[in-house]
Amino acid sequence: MIVLLGVLVVILGFATRRNPLLVVGAAGIVTGLLGKLSPQEVLATFGNSFASARSVTVFVITLPVIGLLERYGLQEQARNLIGKLGKLTTGRFLTLYLLIRQLTASVGLTSIGGPAQSVRPLIAPMAEAAAEAKAGRPLPQRLREKVRSHASGADTIGVFFGEDCFIAIGSILLITGFVNSTYGQHLEPLHLALWAIPSAICAFLIHGARLLNLDRQLERELAVAAAENDLTAHAGLRTEDAK
Amino acid sequence: MIKSEHFFWLVGAVFLVMAAQMVMDRTNPRRFGSAGFWGLLGAAFFYSTGVVDKSLPAEPLGVAVLLLIVLGGCGLTGKGESHTPPREKRAASAALLGNKLFLPALTIPVVAMICATLVKDWKIGGEPVLEPGYETILGLGVGAVAALVVGMVLLRERKVSVPLHSGRNMLESMGWALILPQLLSVLGSIFQTAGVGEQVRRISEAVLPDGQQFVAVAVYCCGMALFTIVMGNAFAAFPVMTAAIGWPVLIEQMNGNAPAVLAIGMLCGFCGTLVTPMAANFNLVPAALLELKDQYGPIKAQLPTAAALLVCNVAIMALFAF
Repeated sequence: MIVLLGVLVVILGFATRRNPLLVVGAAGIVTGLLGKLSPQEVLATFGNSFASARSVTVFVITLPVIGLLERYGLQEQARNLIGKLGKLTTGRFLTLYLLIRQLTASVGLTSIGGPAQSVRPLIAPMAEAAAEAKAGRPLPQRLREKVRSHASGADTIGVFFGEDCFIAIGSILLITGFVNSTYGQHLEPLHLALWAIPSAICAFLIHGARLLNLDRQLERELAVAAAENDLTAHAGLRTEDAK
Repeated sequence: MIKSEHFFWLVGAVFLVMAAQMVMDRTNPRRFGSAGFWGLLGAAFFYSTGVVDKSLPAEPLGVAVLLLIVLGGCGLTGKGESHTPPREKRAASAALLGNKLFLPALTIPVVAMICATLVKDWKIGGEPVLEPGYETILGLGVGAVAALVVGMVLLRERKVSVPLHSGRNMLESMGWALILPQLLSVLGSIFQTAGVGEQVRRISEAVLPDGQQFVAVAVYCCGMALFTIVMGNAFAAFPVMTAAIGWPVLIEQMNGNAPAVLAIGMLCGFCGTLVTPMAANFNLVPAALLELKDQYGPIKAQLPTAAALLVCNVAIMALFAF
């Protein structure tokens, strides 16, 4: 029972907004020691699991080329492109991206997108440019943040609810690996992948509908922001008069 | 044969080179802390090879991981001045190069796809070219290197140091958050080794009413989501919740369809990942990369979808898995 204190360390550390790295380190040490591992075994568990989890961090290899392209104006060119695709609204564009991300992830191409690979250089600038083209002026800070957040959200939801339909993805391999070694059963990755399809369809319907609704939201909030601008402009004039 | 370890060495080497660049960068107020952090990470990528094939002891690597945690967790890393040219210059360059700029970026997925589908079956002297089971990851590595070559030829950039400096800037702005997911997998293993799953099973057996199938499904699904929210990683939550409820109660006791229960259970965890700041790489790193003032912006955008999908997953499991 006492080993559950390790979970408590995570909850408390998270709730009090400690640095997540320190929380993970402390929870690991506490749980290990409470679970009657010797300090040496705790260190060995840290080392062994770090070594076998390296594939989680290898996306770093794409950073130099993306950085190079950004120096030469990749983001700016993405903006130019969407400028030409004037008819696609922010919501429709992101819905289209969600679909593409799900479909590509479901054939295992998860590394096509991602915050560093596609959202920052391509998707966020394109979504923003679409909203600006419609508004006819730069977006207020709050709406800019909202559009960028949704660009990231479409990417994440797309990959999460696409990748599990692929047989050789980490989460599927984790399931089969865990069950086969712990319970001595044999599960086929393909069966697991097939059972991920219904949820993937739900994800597209629900999030796609929300993204399409984002267009209406932006329109409303832009109208409000414009009205506020007018008001402050008028107020400014009146103080000028009073002088 | 190109092995996954070769690719890990390449990534480790990139970390080491970038660490060397950081030592020289006097614009970074904490250049030694930064260089120590990324340099140690790079060295750990090499040392891990020996740990995986059991030729080297794992304990020193464990010490290195704790050092990384201290360096990153106590704010001893920093970032230097960005090497990115001003916006006008980038816009002029974009006007000059046009859509050719997309070519190197698209090289990565195209090469990765070719590796995962065609090169997968290639053999030289009866030996596969790419290590079986790692084709997709190796494809990412081959694709990134190919993209760099294409990019440098296309942009007539002769110095390899230029992309490395640009990449280092991105590395510095992501900071320690970059290794959090890997450390969460580490935490999951420790939880499993220490028997956290067994304890949760005892509690759930005491709490769950007998034979209430729908309640058990809801507890497993919501438990996956909650544990994922706390730990920031569905991979870490899965062994705990499955050992506690998924396998003993849903599959053995209630004869659930194992692939359906486990696949949907994992997706419930993903619903949790969408809403937790602990999943830094999916939620906080994008906010930092997109230079958002509200670092919870992506989470707020994802929350309603995640809640609706959790309900869908419970319904799908309850209706079709038994």
